[in-house]
Amino acid sequence: MKKMTLHLRIWRQKDANSPGKLVSYTLNDVTPEMSFLEMLDVLNEHLIAKGEEPVEFDNDCREGICGMCSLVINGIPHGPEHATATCQLHMRHFKDGDTITIEPFRAKPFPVVKDLVVDRSAFDRILAAGGYISVNAGSAPDANTIPIPKEIADEAMDAAACIGCGACVAACPNASASLFVSAKISQLALLPQGQPERKRRALRMIEQMDKEGFGDCSNHAECEAVCPKEISIVHIARMRREYMRAMFC
Amino acid sequence: MPSFMSTVRSSVGKKFLMAITGLAMIVFLIEHLTGNFLLLQPNPEPYNKYAHFLLSFGWLLIVAELILVAFLVIHMISGISVFLKKRQARPVGYHVTGSAGKPSKKSFASTTMIYTGIVIFIFLAIHLKTFKYGPYYETTVDGVVMRDLYRLVNEVFSDPLYVGGYVVAMILLGFHLRHGFWSAFQSLGLNHPRYMPIIYGLGVLIAIVLAVGFLGIPVWIYLREVVL
Ligand code: HEM
Repeated sequence: MKKMTLHLRIWRQKDANSPGKLVSYTLNDVTPEMSFLEMLDVLNEHLIAKGEEPVEFDNDCREGICGMCSLVINGIPHGPEHATATCQLHMRHFKDGDTITIEPFRAKPFPVVKDLVVDRSAFDRILAAGGYISVNAGSAPDANTIPIPKEIADEAMDAAACIGCGACVAACPNASASLFVSAKISQLALLPQGQPERKRRALRMIEQMDKEGFGDCSNHAECEAVCPKEISIVHIARMRREYMRAMFC
Repeated sequence: MPSFMSTVRSSVGKKFLMAITGLAMIVFLIEHLTGNFLLLQPNPEPYNKYAHFLLSFGWLLIVAELILVAFLVIHMISGISVFLKKRQARPVGYHVTGSAGKPSKKSFASTTMIYTGIVIFIFLAIHLKTFKYGPYYETTVDGVVMRDLYRLVNEVFSDPLYVGGYVVAMILLGFHLRHGFWSAFQSLGLNHPRYMPIIYGLGVLIAIVLAVGFLGIPVWIYLREVVL
């Protein structure tokens, strides 16, 4: 089997309070069919065998649906492949002899926990501020009792595809969370189930987003380009309309 | 319910203000350029009469000017606020940065808004001092005594240094508007997948027309007065 040699520069940081730095590693036994995370697993096996600390990185489903994996690969969150989370990125997209720089998602509200792991609970607090709907307890309603036009359902589904990974924040030159927050506001504003808290939701989620210390949106649209689910900035425009509607209508 | 001031300071409200003030200033620039094309004529009278006509609005003109100044101040405060907040939001930067390409609209123009904005402000201060508050020459047109602005403009634009400064400032204005125009629509929540490509393209057109128009006037006058 063809083996590749890669030169890795990886951000190593002991804990939240220590300064970190890029550390270089050379890996000789990478195969093109490995996923990016499997490549890091191989690196970690070598490090453990040598008695060194393995590189910490977030991951869970490795199927591109859970939103746990992160990493900024050569300056691009989730790496060079479009609409692809890091766990779905494969080493065939790199060449033998390549140098790959791997850094954590960077934003003040995403503090580094260790190495490449960052704390994204700011997103949870934004969701808790308004990303929910009221439901009546009781027996489940029959299917299709609330008719929703196809176009609206599609648009809401596009927004609902957000897995909350935070790549939008990592890619944004301003570290703004607008794409994430707008996907959540948009999804619920479009559907009948989201109507009772519609205004409150927009106001509270945006207030919480600002409180967490994310930057303002300058409309660079870099977030849309890195989003593994291709969430469009059309949702950011809708979020802004929702906010103004809540304020003035 | 948040207060009016906290709305204005919120990330969404701030950009709303930037967009409205920015678009209003673009409307002013279009009017300003259209009127100033009269400077291209070798005959000073039409331009002086146009300037005199504007001044004849009296207090209405002053109100319009005050609104423009207020808009500029609001625009600048919000712009500086976006810049400062962005620096706080990422205290540790990346070693390697890049762009993931389309559909990203990150560009030289979009990442230099604060710098092109500051240059526009410095330009504006010099521009107003030179012309509005500059030397007062008089002329008589059709028996009416009025300011001879045409003469002042000709004198100023005979200085190659001044003309060069104009050219640079106006090119930077073009970059500001290249990102600014479509961005203002997005900030106002006006993004429809069918119309946004048109607005994005219109931004290029407006940027080029305003930049080339405003730098063309001093270059034209310099060529007419000094070179030819
Ligand atoms: C002729 C004068 C000017 C015009 C026509 C103009 C126009 C615009 C427009 C239309 C936008 C887009 C607004 C948005 O994204 O919602 C914008 C953005 C911006 N302007 Fe201006 N502008 C002018 C002067 C200035 C000045 C003097 C500054 C100085 C600080 C400035 C700083 C900015 C900044 C920083 C942004 C980007 C905001 C962001 O990143 O979100 N502008 N401008």
